[in-house]
Amino acid sequence: MPRNIDREEVQRLLLRGAQLVDVLPSDEYQEAHLPGAINIPLKTFDAQSAQQLDGGRPVITYCHDFQ
Amino acid sequence: MSNRAAWRLESLGFTQVYRYTAGKRDWFAFGFAMEGELSHTPKAIDGMRRDVPTCRLQDRIGDVYRRCQEAGWKVCIVVNEANIVLGRVRRDAWQADPETPVEQVMENGPTTFRPDNFLEPLIKRMQEKKVGSVILTNSDGVLLGLLVRKDGEARLQQDQTPMRHKER
Repeated sequence: MPRNIDREEVQRLLLRGAQLVDVLPSDEYQEAHLPGAINIPLKTFDAQSAQQLDGGRPVITYCHDFQ
Repeated sequence: MSNRAAWRLESLGFTQVYRYTAGKRDWFAFGFAMEGELSHTPKAIDGMRRDVPTCRLQDRIGDVYRRCQEAGWKVCIVVNEANIVLGRVRRDAWQADPETPVEQVMENGPTTFRPDNFLEPLIKRMQEKKVGSVILTNSDGVLLGLLVRKDGEARLQQDQTPMRHKER
């Protein structure tokens, strides 16, 4: 079950090699995103796009806010 | 949106899935680093002074005035022990009896801005409202610093300088 986390936990997980995934549309990602985040827009989420991610490391998804 | 993405990842077999619920708005509002096209657009934090003096509710206004004078400031931010902004001591408060507690003469709940607010519209708003400075806090209300209008104007001016001049 995905776990909700705050910014402090994000920072801790990044130190452990977590991968950040910005799920917003690509134009919004291009404008501004967290350092090191990759962009997988929600609409394109499937087995193929998820291959960019390493299943052995934590993955953190985010968008604008609590949406 | 990020919640659905997190669940989708889990359905695809990922076992260590987390969702940063507050998202990038929260991250940038804390003044943390940004990547992307807008990362080069001047923000409030780019003109911010971190050395703004602070005081507590029970401090005496006379003592605060002396400290601010020595440091060359005409404004002081009232914070609690967690550095949360509670008020602001403005110039007119300095006229009060020196023994007066800050709490009695401060401006309560001053408007604050976030470090990732774009500098240009913020400065424009300050010019229109004839505001000399604004307080910057993170989204938890913790004091980060003060944006003085003239500093912000100088920062914007610097940004408009043609590149060939910047390189000299």
